[in-house]
Amino acid sequence: MKIVVLVKEVPDTYGDRKLSLETGLADRDASEIVIDEICERALELALAYADANQGTDVVVLSLAPDGATATIRKGLAMGAGSAIHICDEALRGADLGLTAETLAAAIRRAGFDLVVAGNASTDGSGGMMPAMVAELLDVPLVSGLSSVEINEGGVSGTRVVESGVQQVSASLPAVISITEALPGPRFPNFKGIMAAKKKPLETLNLADLGVTADDPDTARSIMLAVAEKPPRAAGVKIVDEGDAGEKLANFLIENRLA
Amino acid sequence: MTEFPQNAILVVVEARASGELEQAAAGLFGAAAGAGTPVALVLAAPGAGKAAAAEAASLGAVRVLIAETPDPAVLGVPGVDALASAAEQVQPDAILLSHSLDGRDLAGRYAARTRTAVCVDAVGVSRDEEGVVANHSVYGGAYNVTSTATFGPPVITIRQGAVEARAEAQPETSETLSVTPSGKPAARIDSFDEETAVATRPELRGAAKVVAGGRGLASKEQFALVEQLADTLGAAVGASRAAVDAGYIPHAHQVGQTGVSVSSQLYIALGISGAIQHRAGMQTAKTIVAVNKDADAPIFEIADFGVVGDVFKVVPQLISALEARKK
Repeated sequence: MKIVVLVKEVPDTYGDRKLSLETGLADRDASEIVIDEICERALELALAYADANQGTDVVVLSLAPDGATATIRKGLAMGAGSAIHICDEALRGADLGLTAETLAAAIRRAGFDLVVAGNASTDGSGGMMPAMVAELLDVPLVSGLSSVEINEGGVSGTRVVESGVQQVSASLPAVISITEALPGPRFPNFKGIMAAKKKPLETLNLADLGVTADDPDTARSIMLAVAEKPPRAAGVKIVDEGDAGEKLANFLIENRLA
Repeated sequence: MTEFPQNAILVVVEARASGELEQAAAGLFGAAAGAGTPVALVLAAPGAGKAAAAEAASLGAVRVLIAETPDPAVLGVPGVDALASAAEQVQPDAILLSHSLDGRDLAGRYAARTRTAVCVDAVGVSRDEEGVVANHSVYGGAYNVTSTATFGPPVITIRQGAVEARAEAQPETSETLSVTPSGKPAARIDSFDEETAVATRPELRGAAKVVAGGRGLASKEQFALVEQLADTLGAAVGASRAAVDAGYIPHAHQVGQTGVSVSSQLYIALGISGAIQHRAGMQTAKTIVAVNKDADAPIFEIADFGVVGDVFKVVPQLISALEARKK
């Protein structure tokens, strides 16, 4: 079985994150860049399956700027067998459509039985990439899984939707996305880190993948304006003198919030 | 069949298994009415379309297209097929969907199939000289961004609970949409449990009021205080990552950058310090209330009403004061 795991670099949510007010793009120098945690969980799922099933090939796939090699190597150090890094100047500021097209082309080129992704990134919070990739690859999509069972021919799991809980399944090949209910990632050990240096890491550009960034027939999403919101000002702050509960009740009632 | 309005906004809404429209529907029609004429595509189980169409009209749909899925066990694909057919007929200026799991899947698959541009997780839509634009609040509410498509109708997903506007009810004008099935491979829904346990309490995502607890609650047992206040206010229950990691409450309740983002009318943070991670998920709430015994907690920097005090003293008093007013 060949499992491709989609891995995205994001600004660390534990620090302040900035958008460039000139370009509207993420200011990559303003924050620490890390693998999005949900992607690490996606990789953990693939690696756990590989641990239990010999002959499983886990490939880390990332579309990211030049400097992303360290992040991708972390995926290899965790235990992935190989990695693909799509890197092209023309992808700077790529919208979801171009990103999906590019990822799908790389996945098709690599070959796959299963594609595993996180349900939504912490930066764009679009949560649409798995669906777009599934559509372009022409395979079933099983999104938002909070538990996953992979076997030779299929994948199944639990999917929490607005009105209840579904048990869902699909035959392979398929694309799945997982939620944070899945186990957190393993830490790369020393052996893994050493081994990662020898594992294949392929770098591809758009020409390799036959993707045109500015295809005139494809609509793209563009940013028209970006503005920093003034920080929220603090309001009333009181120290409890035995009647704060009463005062808070009054505040809620006066503001029609209770 | 009569022509569709020139400035149609196609609103895609799904009927739940129970037959009612999804919770976000009212906000979607409200948003659409502010940017054009709302036309609905209602996705429903066999036999449920007519009732769902009536609800869509009552929420502001001027015209309703009904697509009853031939096989409710097929996940996602029938909805994409229906949307493709509806968009072709209506030729809308924009397509609006909820930024729910199903809404995102539908929007993503449709956009990929038709090479249409998507604008995700919008908190509102408006119109400029060129067409419909989406307004976003990104990086936890730190930036306002406006986006649109280079050409063609943008597919816009709207954050649940973000739009307050409501559209005027319309007389029902509905028709069945004829859909050409794509036959694309799809996953199957093998079984479904309607969650009745949470039915008495609103869902976190999209809730108008949220009461959230943090590590200050100190134990799983004492976290019940958060639930008590939530029930008094008819609010949803949220939690900080620290409370989730400590096992006070399941992860589904986590509010924050890596959990659920909420834009509620009221957000009450109990025993939550207000780390950036948490604030990112709630600082677009309209009114923020915080109770924390640490006067230096960062949550007070953004609270409209902050109480420096012991949650175990302040909150019970608050609950009894609110209950006394109700009588």
